Amino acid sequence: MRRFALIVLPYAWLLALFLVPFIIVLKISLSDIALSIPPYTPTLDLAAGWQGVKDFFAALDFENFVFLTSDDLYWKAYLSSLRIAAISTFLTLLVGYPIAYGMANAPAHWRPTLMMLVILPFWTSFLIRVYSWMGILSTEGYLNQILGGLGLIAEPLQILNTNVAVYIGIVYTYLPFMILPIYATLERMDASLLEAAEDLGCSRIKAFWLITFPLSRSGVIAGCFLVFIPAVGEFVIPALLGGSRTLMIGKVLWEEFFNNRDWPVASAVAVILLLLLIIPIILFQRNEQKNREAEG
Amino acid sequence: MRRLTWFNTTSLTLGFAFLYLPMIILIVYSFNKSELVTVWAGFSTRWYGELLENDAFLDAAWVTLQVAVVSSTVATVLGTLAALVLVRAGRFIGRTLFSGMIYAPLVMPEVITGLSLLLLFIGIGLDRGVLTIILAHTTFSMCYVSVVVSSRLVSFDRSLEEAALDLGCSTVQAFRLVTLPIISPAVISGWLLAFTLSLDDLVIASFTAGPSATTLPIKIWSSIRLGVSPEINALSTILIGIVAVGVISASLITKSASLRQQAEERAAVKA
Repeated sequence: MRRFALIVLPYAWLLALFLVPFIIVLKISLSDIALSIPPYTPTLDLAAGWQGVKDFFAALDFENFVFLTSDDLYWKAYLSSLRIAAISTFLTLLVGYPIAYGMANAPAHWRPTLMMLVILPFWTSFLIRVYSWMGILSTEGYLNQILGGLGLIAEPLQILNTNVAVYIGIVYTYLPFMILPIYATLERMDASLLEAAEDLGCSRIKAFWLITFPLSRSGVIAGCFLVFIPAVGEFVIPALLGGSRTLMIGKVLWEEFFNNRDWPVASAVAVILLLLLIIPIILFQRNEQKNREAEG
Repeated sequence: MRRLTWFNTTSLTLGFAFLYLPMIILIVYSFNKSELVTVWAGFSTRWYGELLENDAFLDAAWVTLQVAVVSSTVATVLGTLAALVLVRAGRFIGRTLFSGMIYAPLVMPEVITGLSLLLLFIGIGLDRGVLTIILAHTTFSMCYVSVVVSSRLVSFDRSLEEAALDLGCSTVQAFRLVTLPIISPAVISGWLLAFTLSLDDLVIASFTAGPSATTLPIKIWSSIRLGVSPEINALSTILIGIVAVGVISASLITKSASLRQQAEERAAVKA
């Protein structure tokens, strides 16, 4: 009985505020836009009884999804989001791996401090961290001032409001998510394996590619998913650092909802985005499951 | 074999420079006298003064704090319960769905979470305001809390709890006197995580806040959409300062607490 009470409270909360809202999104994505409050039809009329339920289902259709395929904007935005997320994930790996590697090889008494230094930015406001790059990257910003002052460039570089700024923003804000899982696998690694490899005549670089990197693979995979999945639906970074030509689906959804007030299309955009992300989310869960089993 | 080669030193130096320079620049320029944000014109605390006189920011900060305190506290209770269910309850009908609902919000794009909650609130006719933001924040942060707490529960030695039960404790007493004190560092860090997630959130709050409630991130967002502003630099500096002090002291406290607890657990097992 007590066990039942324990389960019911969090379960009911998540059902009501997580699952039910998704069913509503799904339902509205099948509705039509209307000039009313709420701005879509049909609404379920339970007072009309069974006939009302039948009318309700009869009025639902896939029109919004057909619309998404007919307008170039949407599929281009999905593709461009996937591309931007993939490029940024790769760049984050390039930046994050050496840091994780350096941390794992630092003297043991430094590691807790280094760890805290990686986590600290994660606790500070995401919005502020993205914002801090606006002053650096703008045409009259600090970076252009320095490069101009050194005489390296004649004209200020246009970085802010381009995709490059979006890559920088994603790498910067998601870096801790890449470093921590890689660091966790590298730190656990048995260092004697490397000694054995060197004794057997392996060069240090070869030993890295033959031993260290394969052993850190699960951390690399986890880190990549942790960056890639949220980056696909990112809204703040493309809105602040990207330009008018930066197409990302999170931004499209936001504008569809807040600017065009087309709730059914916004819901359809959300449903497709979720379907796109389900595959990486399942792969990520599998990888985590495998790691837990390997540890346990 | 662990050694600090020139490669490791360079990558650590460059890495941490990359992580911290943007924030250091922001802090330095928040003391800039000039209205032109990127041109240094001398030291001044002018923008801090203007910020403190700006009621809109103070009101938004107050709303944000209320939302964060309430939502993180409720989320900690619900998230701890959820962690107990995940780790302890064994098999029950719908367990897969339950763990799916715990892990999914962690990777769900915020725009989707925000949109779906908004449509729910409108569907049931709940007016948007402080309450709806609290409900939204509680929902996603309880998932983070339950992940943090369940990772501690997994490594928890259940024989301590069994000993308490053998010695005549009721299950509730055993939980309160044995389990809770041992998992408390994880519960506290879960609360802190929920608290900062709530302070930080722009996207979900934008969907679920009505015209009656503006949080600090929403306010910051509307000012920086137009470009860099010296007042926001000052505000950012204050927020970074609070977080730095909070995180450093919290990590010192939890470190000493967990050391003490490990010692107690060891002593208990030996005795």
